[in-house]
Amino acid sequence: MKKITGAQAFIEALRCEGVTHAFGYPGGAVLDIFDAIMDARDIQFILSRHEQGAVHAADGYARASGRVGVCLVTSGPGATNTVTGIATAYMDSIPIVVFTGQVPTHLIGNDAFQEADIVGITRPCTKHNYLVKDVCDLGRAIKEAFYIARTGRPGPVLVDLPKNVMNSTVNFKYPESVNLDSYCPTYKGHQGQIRRIMGVILKSRRPVIYAGGGVTLADASRELAEFARKLKLPVTTTLMGMGAFPSGDPLSLGMLGMHGTYAANMTVTNSDCLIAIGARFDDRVTGKVDEFAPKAKIIHIDIDPTSISKNVKVDLPVVGDCRMVLRGMLAELAGKDGDLAEMIAQTEPWRREIDAWKEQQPLRYCRSEIIKPQYVIEMIDEIAPDDTIVTTEVGQNQMWTAQFYKFKEPRHFLTSGGLGTMGYGFPAAIGAQAAFPGRTVIDIAGDGSIQMNIQELATVVQYNLPVKVMILNNGYLGMVRQWQALFYKKRYSHTSMAVSPDFVKLAEAYGAKGLRVTRPEDVKDAIQEALRIPGPVFVDFVVDPEEDVYPMVPAGAPINNMLLV
Amino acid sequence: MRHAISVYVDNQAGVLSRVVGLFSGRGFNIESLSVAPTLDPAKSLMVITTTGNEQVLEQIKKQLNKLINVIKVVDCADREYVEREMILVKIKAEKETRAEVLRIADIFRAKVIDVSPKSYTLSLTGDKRKLEGFVEILTPIGIIDFVRTGTVVMAREMQGRRKLP
Ligand SMILES: Cc1ncc(C[n+]2csc(CCOP(=O)(O)OP(=O)(O)O)c2C)c(N)n1
Ligand SMILES: [Mg+2]
Repeated sequence: MKKITGAQAFIEALRCEGVTHAFGYPGGAVLDIFDAIMDARDIQFILSRHEQGAVHAADGYARASGRVGVCLVTSGPGATNTVTGIATAYMDSIPIVVFTGQVPTHLIGNDAFQEADIVGITRPCTKHNYLVKDVCDLGRAIKEAFYIARTGRPGPVLVDLPKNVMNSTVNFKYPESVNLDSYCPTYKGHQGQIRRIMGVILKSRRPVIYAGGGVTLADASRELAEFARKLKLPVTTTLMGMGAFPSGDPLSLGMLGMHGTYAANMTVTNSDCLIAIGARFDDRVTGKVDEFAPKAKIIHIDIDPTSISKNVKVDLPVVGDCRMVLRGMLAELAGKDGDLAEMIAQTEPWRREIDAWKEQQPLRYCRSEIIKPQYVIEMIDEIAPDDTIVTTEVGQNQMWTAQFYKFKEPRHFLTSGGLGTMGYGFPAAIGAQAAFPGRTVIDIAGDGSIQMNIQELATVVQYNLPVKVMILNNGYLGMVRQWQALFYKKRYSHTSMAVSPDFVKLAEAYGAKGLRVTRPEDVKDAIQEALRIPGPVFVDFVVDPEEDVYPMVPAGAPINNMLLV
Repeated sequence: MRHAISVYVDNQAGVLSRVVGLFSGRGFNIESLSVAPTLDPAKSLMVITTTGNEQVLEQIKKQLNKLINVIKVVDCADREYVEREMILVKIKAEKETRAEVLRIADIFRAKVIDVSPKSYTLSLTGDKRKLEGFVEILTPIGIIDFVRTGTVVMAREMQGRRKLP
């Protein structure tokens, strides 16, 4: 074993973890690490233009690829700039490891230049975090950080690296295993409980699956599809679960909740057996909790015990990995062909009732001479290749994408669900594009949100990441304006984007391409052209300024109480 | 409902703040808290008394278990247990009341741990109710200073027997 510096050991540790990409921004406290990174040709480093962008990129990389995203920034302001990105990943259970520089250990607590107690600041929004005070602990801390980030219910982990730790020397050996007595997630569901829930499901007459992001995180969408099809169970997904079950499947109900489909919300409300899989009963899903699935026995499969009975009382919980539990549930069907046939026959009227709801109130919008944002999304869906990765910003653009883009595969739709972070989509697209250079990556953006991390235009140009940003430019903070229209007597308090840049010129100023579309008949051509251009493109779709997202359940109302178009 | 929970944690910097932050961040209540290393110096034991309905307590226990540095969570309500806390009271003790203070101390089996011409400092251990009774009796005499620890608890070895007073 030879002596190396903490910074070199850090690079060695990343290699051992199989890290091939890192996103970040340098500064005084991480000079040693950046010096070492210059020699690490096997790790592609992408310099963002703001640390928030770097964290979202690491997050987008993780969501698209299923691998742990890595981010490296300096101390103080560099570290505090990561907080929104970390909180975003935390809310959606995304595995990332964020490395922050820190002032030398002897200065910690002295209000030193660029000192921030980032471990203290991020304690409530990380799965766990570390301050490495001794270079001998570096390997163990990094090993544990990656392990904790990707196992159990995944999440962000932060590792704070004081400058003197990184430039001192160490006999380095990366640990082969972690030794964490107090952390052992449950993967295998309780067999007896799985048998019990299968008993309940087979006897149900109005069952529905409510699937969330946990299905994607557990790579369980194939098992979910097999299970749903075998039992002919209708499936609704959360925003985070979009793509975990193919949208085009006849059993698919689309999204549920505040902007969910009529069929999904009616199905859940009238169900006698709600099977929640990797979902957490968020208030945007449940609406008024007391009236959520009021007639249903509630089955909940989740790897995180704290999710169970947190918001809604669960009748039959199973703590475990969604994929393993679904496999267990499928195995329980062996030798029960009779019960299965009986159940499928008995639930036929229920499926017909659901089909009637779908027919009565499909998702829809009115065409006009002005471009409708929903139309743009339908056309993107029609034109973009099947393996396209779509990210969104937050607001109406996000809800319309969830409603009108027919996601068929998991990890094709990256969006900030839990925190609802405007400015997420563009840098997340950078991360996804870095993971999959050959695939089409599209950020469906709002004119407000895109301005929150627009500096990343320089990043896509520098690294020639051909991300396509489709701006649904309604001239408003549209989602907030919609609430003002519906619940505040159309008093549009500070929601007009009265001044926005000329997005075409802006893209060009950065060295990217810009297109503008003002007529519905030009939408398709513009999308095709954007996809044809080899580099990054901004397309500014000037859309109907006052189009609203429907259906909509007013906040706090039961979800069958929908405002329809 | 008042509830005591024993939480075994890694004896490391920042762990207390993780636990306390969890309570404040999620709106759980901490009534009292006592922390000290266990016989194994790598671990500490925190005894937290809290209030909340069954669902809240369930969440508290699960959320505590989810913290990486939490090794074990033991809910005292699952077993019979003994509990103690301690108070120190500095009480006015001038001519007229000196003897009476000592008499009260004797009745409660409190100890005199410091003496001055005008005061006594008493220490008393016991469960919450005993301590509250003691303080109530002393208050009219004139409490000068008062400090109270958090609760510590231990499961009874022989469950289902009468408790010693
Ligand atoms: C960082 C952040 N700030 C504020 C909000 C609140 N918010 C939610 S949607 C929205 C409007 C977004 O406007 P735009 O990006 O133009 O999207 P649109 O709704 O018009 O499609 C706002 C301000 C948020 N979600 N995130
Ligand atoms: Mg807008």
